[in-house]
Amino acid sequence: MENPYLPYPVRIDDIEVATEDKSLKTFTFVFVNPADEEKFAYKAGQFAELSIPGVGEIPIGIASSPVEKGFVKFTVFRTGVVTSHLHNMKKGDLMGIRGPLGNWYPWDKLENKNVVIIGGGFAFTTLRSSIVYMLDPANRKKFKNIDVVYGARSPGMLLYREELFDWEKRDDINMHITVDGTDDPNWKYHTGFVPQIVEQNAPQADEDTYAIVCGPPIMIKFTQPALTKLGYQPHQIIMSLENRMKCGIGMCGRCNIGKELVCKDGPVFTLEEINQTPKEY
Amino acid sequence: MNFITIDKKDWAPGIDQSRQTFRVYGPVEDENGCQIKPLAPDTPPKMDAAVTVMSAKSVLFPQTEKILTATLDESKQDHHVMKPVETDDMPRVVLGIRPYDAKAMHLVKLNFDNPDYKDPYWCAAYDATTFVGLGVTRPGPCDFSTAAGCGPFSEEGLDVLMADMDDTYLAKILTEKGEKWAAACGFDTVADPKESQVLFDVLRKEAEKQIQADVNTDKLAGKTILDLYDAPFWDEVAFSCINCGTCTYVCPTCWCFDIQDETRHNTAVRFRNWDTCMSPLFTHHASGHNPRGTKVQRVRQRFMHKLKYFLDKYDQGIMCVGCGRCVASCPVNIDIREVCNRMNDYETTK
Repeated sequence: MENPYLPYPVRIDDIEVATEDKSLKTFTFVFVNPADEEKFAYKAGQFAELSIPGVGEIPIGIASSPVEKGFVKFTVFRTGVVTSHLHNMKKGDLMGIRGPLGNWYPWDKLENKNVVIIGGGFAFTTLRSSIVYMLDPANRKKFKNIDVVYGARSPGMLLYREELFDWEKRDDINMHITVDGTDDPNWKYHTGFVPQIVEQNAPQADEDTYAIVCGPPIMIKFTQPALTKLGYQPHQIIMSLENRMKCGIGMCGRCNIGKELVCKDGPVFTLEEINQTPKEY
Repeated sequence: MNFITIDKKDWAPGIDQSRQTFRVYGPVEDENGCQIKPLAPDTPPKMDAAVTVMSAKSVLFPQTEKILTATLDESKQDHHVMKPVETDDMPRVVLGIRPYDAKAMHLVKLNFDNPDYKDPYWCAAYDATTFVGLGVTRPGPCDFSTAAGCGPFSEEGLDVLMADMDDTYLAKILTEKGEKWAAACGFDTVADPKESQVLFDVLRKEAEKQIQADVNTDKLAGKTILDLYDAPFWDEVAFSCINCGTCTYVCPTCWCFDIQDETRHNTAVRFRNWDTCMSPLFTHHASGHNPRGTKVQRVRQRFMHKLKYFLDKYDQGIMCVGCGRCVASCPVNIDIREVCNRMNDYETTK
């Protein structure tokens, strides 16, 4: 019998400070047993439990993309016991990864559709995974227009800055990068909160357009009316939720919103689905 | 073999004989009241005990259970690689389990053994366990099992169902596991199946008549989750609750757990422990945000999970077997029977 609690052993291959305040770091892991990489086959939008023996586990969205091979990446905010411990670990250290867990953005449904990606702060990890997946030469033709609205407090708090600015130069993706404010006179992108940039720059909804929204609760709260104004119906708004988790496989009972378990039935839900459940997230 | 008769004189020797094959659990009296525990040799199960304080769930789902371990000693080649702990999968038998506790195993199985994931610890324990039940002839005042899709002589989840006939037990063998247990004990006095079934039916009806609970669940499925969630009575239901969690620990169907790591010297161990939705920490995010931060949200969660979410998710009735332990143990007299009726009778005015 497969043991779903047993993590795959991984080695930290690289650690990169991701934001100017050093509260986020991006960890690149390689599997100790190469065969485990295949077993860990994942889709953009899924998460995994990062597992440190003797310390504990944390559920984190997978930031690398299924089209990137040989490693997996996670960007982690230092906040609790496990993440603080992880931030103090070094290259070469051994730990575990358990997953992939949960569902993913509905890639089949999104084929031949316009996709608008809306992210804020450090909730951009699975969105990065999604963008890299969609821009892969083998996949780009499966999607129509791609728009990305991504905002952070300041330029230095944007995740994956180099990639963002590279995508900005491409003509097969429309980037709308924004910061809440900056004193950098050379800042050449938007200034303003995400909901406002969405209202001004996201495409009007039609039957063939879907929005994927991932961000802090306050951003999600104010982005919904902006999308509604643009004509998006609840089934066209796709969201990724997070709740406290332990098992990640739908058994330990704490992450539910109504009868749905965020870890197993989610974390990806449409607004239409969320509207049928208690708002316990 | 369908029905057998077990002379009570042969009962204890038979159990001792079965110890070569089975680890034996049963009700015993200790300083905390009557509990289902491993039976030491020469200790007979206390078969005439009324409801045990705790349910039998810990036989498959211990309150604390080691699941994984790793060495942190970097001189070892496999350091920091977690491995499953060795589990003891020797066949075990639970004697004198009550029908509601056995049915609860089936409900809990839906969580631990599903098409997506199997919990290897629970499943191995379940496969290794034989449940030898004893019909309830004198239901307690809090027993409402008949209203919860179970009953004093329910066979669901049991391998053997016995009835106390004073000098003998009349035992109905329900599964192959049950047959193996009877054989291991040397119990082989066949009883007439027709007569025995008639006796069982009489006892069942007698026992069912004694259960007075007027608890209705028939209208729960027809209501929406959000209507029940937004019902106006939750503040009142939760008012006296002190969030002690006793209801969840004594409940045979509460399966929620926590996972924690501990390190001693160079050994890391990952445990799982029973958890309770009554605790604010249960859902407390590392950020400080808590989606069920208030008492009323947690009390509502418990009743909604048992009486609505579970019902909608699995279509197997409610997640309650009517044992009445939570009613009897609650220090502030919150009564699931009343809450169930309030939910069942609730009509939205929208």
